[in-house]
Amino acid sequence: MKSRIREFDSSTLNESVRNTIMRDLKAVGKKFMHVLYPRKSNTLLRDWDLWGPLILCVTLALMLQRDSVDSEKDGGPQFAEVFVIVWFGAVTITLNSKLLGGNISFFQSLCVLGYCILPLTVAMLICRLVLLADPGPVNFMVRLFVVIVMFAWSIVASTAFLADSQPPNRRALAVYPVFLFYFVISWMILTFTPQ
Amino acid sequence: MASADDLTFHEFEEATNLLAETPDAATTSRSDQLTPQGHVAVAVGSGGSYGAEDEVEEESDKAALLQEQQQQQPGFWTFSYYQSFFDVDTSQVLNRIKGSLLPWPGHNFVRHHLRNRPDLYGPFWICATLAFVLAVTGNLTLVLAQRRDPSIHYSPQFHKVTVAGISIYCYAWLVPLALWGFLRWRKGVRERMGPYTFLETVCVYGYSLFVFIPMVVLWLIPVPWLQWLFGALALGLSATGLVFTLWPVVREDTRLVAMVLLSAVVLLHALLAVGCKLYFFQSLPPENVAPPPQITSLPSNIALPPTLPQSMPPS
Repeated sequence: MKSRIREFDSSTLNESVRNTIMRDLKAVGKKFMHVLYPRKSNTLLRDWDLWGPLILCVTLALMLQRDSVDSEKDGGPQFAEVFVIVWFGAVTITLNSKLLGGNISFFQSLCVLGYCILPLTVAMLICRLVLLADPGPVNFMVRLFVVIVMFAWSIVASTAFLADSQPPNRRALAVYPVFLFYFVISWMILTFTPQ
Repeated sequence: MASADDLTFHEFEEATNLLAETPDAATTSRSDQLTPQGHVAVAVGSGGSYGAEDEVEEESDKAALLQEQQQQQPGFWTFSYYQSFFDVDTSQVLNRIKGSLLPWPGHNFVRHHLRNRPDLYGPFWICATLAFVLAVTGNLTLVLAQRRDPSIHYSPQFHKVTVAGISIYCYAWLVPLALWGFLRWRKGVRERMGPYTFLETVCVYGYSLFVFIPMVVLWLIPVPWLQWLFGALALGLSATGLVFTLWPVVREDTRLVAMVLLSAVVLLHALLAVGCKLYFFQSLPPENVAPPPQITSLPSNIALPPTLPQSMPPS
């Protein structure tokens, strides 16, 4: 028994840093794939991690910052505001789901909600690229279409994972806050203007 | 599903009946007690072939069970205490929303719809939705105005989300607190009807804010008199619901106190609606005004002046 524990310790403690990082990165990448092609699988729920949500949230918050750092009072969301909205929004939805009687654990729910921001982060990337062209109604239509499609993708992906944890007569009550959460994030992405 | 529930409930009833009748036999094994009367437990679920006296005993046992359950309510530091406030189904929430949209003189929202089981889901998420919808539609009116008049500087105005959230939540939680406190203070004057609990008051206010959500969305239409009309309609519906709910409680008080309280409630509600309209939907220049609009609408606009110098230099 002791030798087995020592063996386990040495297998992860003595390995190179590259191995450790690659293992975590592969796990995060695998979950990204599960979000992009949502199927009824348990991978996101079984071995949850919060690295993916953190990477996505930081990327989104950095991209939502405007180019000029002017101290306009009525500007776009600051980095901290995006961060707070994403994390406190996810915590509130998780608490709501648990209070309604769902049987999902706290961090599993945070993990799913965080990973399902991936389509909206992709939408943000596309919007920033599209905004490099000249502004106009066509520009806006393209961005609107992309954001709507990614918003629907996020909702479908998160309900595929979260809906089963609620009793059927309360499913709508648990899914509505998720809809509101992704709607607010989509709104922040759509109203982003670089100047 | 319903029949399974009936079966289990009646089985428990029978067990408590047996234990109540023979209290000193409680130490013997339950199977001994139940086997001679085992057919009782199964037969009750299938149709009630027993007489009226069994039903009377069942009713009193039901009341005793409920009382026991209420006495064992968990303390406020446990999670299940808060879980009891989210014990609602989708259909119940929708029913309560419908009840707040259509106030009826006879139907008291608390007694008729809440039935003494207030929930916190409705007030919390209706306030959240209203705050975000206010910020989003306020921003949309700016976008639409910029389409008509390109000289207006557009900005996402994200700080309005914070302002909306704080003001809506403060209104929906502090005003019921004050109202509840005031009603409890005047409790001595009332004989017939006790005051509402704090949560029931919060529930009434929370659900009454629901009608503001479609009103705010309809405020996107840039016709001023139509906006005031929608505002008046929604305010009327919402305030009527509040007044009908509070009237039975306040009726027994002196006429002066009742009138002052009800008019204060309606006035605060009106202040909220008007405040939202003026802050989030600032009067922007109409379509047919050609000269620079900033001069005419300067007094009522808060956001435009700071952006004026920035829209001038080439960016």
